[in-house]
Amino acid sequence: MLEIKNLHASIDNTKILNGLDLSVNAGEVHAIMGPNGSGKSTLASVIAGREDYDVTDGEINFQGNELSDIGPDERAREGIFLAFQYPVEIPGVSTTNFMKTAVNQIRESKGEKPLDAVEFLKLMKEKMKLVNIKQELLSRSINEGFSGGEKKRNEIFQMAMLNPKLSILDETDSGLDIDALKIVSKGVNALKSKENATVVVTHYQRLLEYIVPDFVHVLMDGKIVKSGDKNLALELEEKGYDWIKVKN
Amino acid sequence: MSKDDKILKEFTSKEYEHGWSVDFDVDQAPKGLNEDIVKLISKKKNEPKWLLDWRLEAFSNFKKIKEPNWSNLKIPKIDYQDISYYSAPKKKKMLKSMDEVDPELIKTFEKLGISLQEQKRLSGVAVDAVIDSVSIGTTFKDKLSELGIIFCSFSEAVNEHPDLIRKHLGKVVPTKDNYFACLNSAVFSDGSFCYIPKGVRCPMELSTYFRINASNTGQFERTLIVADEGSYVSYLEGCTAPMRDENQLHAAVVEIHAEKDAEVKYSTVQNWYPGDKNGKGGIYNFVTKRGICNGNNSKISWTQVETGSAITWKYPSCILKGDNSVGEFYSVAVTNNYQQADTGTKMIHIGKNTRSKIISKGISAGHSHNSYRGHVKVMRRANNSRNFSQCDSLLLGNKCGAHTFPYIDIENKSSMVEHEATTSKIGEDQIFYCLQRGIDEENAIALIVNGYAKEVLKQLPMEFSVEAQKLLSLTLEGSVG
Ligand SMILES: Nc1ncnc2c1ncn2[C@@H]1O[C@H](COP(=O)(O)OP(=O)(O)OP(=O)(O)O)[C@@H](O)[C@H]1O
Ligand SMILES: [Mg+2]
Repeated sequence: MLEIKNLHASIDNTKILNGLDLSVNAGEVHAIMGPNGSGKSTLASVIAGREDYDVTDGEINFQGNELSDIGPDERAREGIFLAFQYPVEIPGVSTTNFMKTAVNQIRESKGEKPLDAVEFLKLMKEKMKLVNIKQELLSRSINEGFSGGEKKRNEIFQMAMLNPKLSILDETDSGLDIDALKIVSKGVNALKSKENATVVVTHYQRLLEYIVPDFVHVLMDGKIVKSGDKNLALELEEKGYDWIKVKN
Repeated sequence: MSKDDKILKEFTSKEYEHGWSVDFDVDQAPKGLNEDIVKLISKKKNEPKWLLDWRLEAFSNFKKIKEPNWSNLKIPKIDYQDISYYSAPKKKKMLKSMDEVDPELIKTFEKLGISLQEQKRLSGVAVDAVIDSVSIGTTFKDKLSELGIIFCSFSEAVNEHPDLIRKHLGKVVPTKDNYFACLNSAVFSDGSFCYIPKGVRCPMELSTYFRINASNTGQFERTLIVADEGSYVSYLEGCTAPMRDENQLHAAVVEIHAEKDAEVKYSTVQNWYPGDKNGKGGIYNFVTKRGICNGNNSKISWTQVETGSAITWKYPSCILKGDNSVGEFYSVAVTNNYQQADTGTKMIHIGKNTRSKIISKGISAGHSHNSYRGHVKVMRRANNSRNFSQCDSLLLGNKCGAHTFPYIDIENKSSMVEHEATTSKIGEDQIFYCLQRGIDEENAIALIVNGYAKEVLKQLPMEFSVEAQKLLSLTLEGSVG
């Protein structure tokens, strides 16, 4: 589904990604771990097509298409979803309104007719249950004054609404209390299928107990320096990143 | 300016029924402004002597005062002698079908979601007799007159309700007020008059849009609204459809009187031709709008959505004379390309316990300049008065400018004035967040801008608010990227 080869990316002439390779197939869950500042969020943004980054070399293929000429909105419509590490506030725009605009624009791009108010509300109600989010929160300006946990939960709600092929969750677990972590993980697992794939970026092994990865990768200095199964995460937790540095 | 543009100038093709003498000897007065022209206008309109005298007084004041130069606008020199101040209303040629209308214009109509019938009416295509604006206007008028509400053209009111006009005209905006108001008072062509009798709640939005003869009020429009004790009215001016006019200079005056316990809500959507992308052409809009809360517990609320005109100079104000009276000003002003806007309000607190609220949202894009200018004055006697002002500016791109000029002037110790101002840019982060959800850039900006202006937009009557949202997006189309 996602095939990244020799990806080099920079921002403001600072190189961040240096020859990164990653391959994700449908039905898989991948975890990406790595020290602060190693380029995890950068990778997520580059996959999503953020234009501030220059891709100086390499390529990203998604479902067989090379993405370099495809804008971020079109990538989203093709099924790439990013749950932001720091979700953005948009004053005066409710999550409901935000999602209605998104859902209908995606439908329109597929030649489907927009959902009317009743159909949309039905869809919302169904997805709200999945992540146990309250109507009241969805009527407020998106992310404005939300607690850290509410923001993350709201991201997963949006993921449920948009039903993407590839979801990248950037530190969705940070800021969640234990109950919320369970709820959010349950939501993510419920959305998992043979047709879609999930990439979770995290610092903590704990999340991976709930969302069990098929592969764990370690990102350091803009590259994947080690890959393994879920046990790699346990090993990292125990030994820290220096252990890998030393080994290299 | 093309033929279509000229046709657009009018809402309907209906000729004036009132106020014009039948035997015109001239169709258009020669260019220039002098006492004879003022007399000619008054004569053509069969006006009583007191009104002619009033116009002449305004004209003599006009000659004495100077064009204001304190605004943050670059106004090209206007040659007042190069303008014709009087032209007879002409019957415009009707188009046979929408095929004859400028396709660009039709596109705009469609984006605004204006119905085909309305499109026809606005662009001067003949419409079915049944839905013709005149018949709408007539049924409308019957309903209102049952309640004793007067809603007619200014000229008609001068003839049919001279006492009401004489009592109120020029009492809020006197003939010596400001340069543009003096000009208007001397040469105003027509406008609207509205009177709501004691204790009557006007059951519908009064819209200039539906009034018979609303067209052809020309560049110097005069509006007078009188809300008698305990009455209520919501008044709508303008429409979201693009308005073209061959006259570059517009100087309208609106006066509002709210008596004891009365409430007037005045909403405007201004979408005059803003000029092209390079700043060529466009309307200069110099408006004086002022209301007086004359009686205790009265309220005047201005809501404006300003998207058009090359230059906007406009400060809808409230004089809070009655005790416990309330003044409100909600404004969204959008400028793009080379548009300039200097707009805001004045709240003059005279009575005790008077309250005012100012919410101003400026949005600038392109090379435009957008200024908020507000004056809050609390007089000595105005015990326990309150003002709250919130003035926000939103910038799109980095070639535009936003400016805030708040003047605060308090003479009463028990009163309180609060002012908050913010300037922000549409964040790349916000746009990327939208894009990442599959929303394209144009819709993203529309979403963000409408969210930003929400507090003001929600003050507008429902259908108007939906149209205004679309209009905001349309005005900013192509302003980013
Ligand atoms: N505009 C910029 N100019 C220069 N460097 C930048 C810029 N934006 C980000 N960086 C740098 O890129 C590096 C990678 O950042 P990124 O956010 O991808 O890290 P991360 O792995 O997600 O870290 P964390 O675990 O803290 O979230 C950091 O060193 C950061 O300072
Ligand atoms: Mg990060």
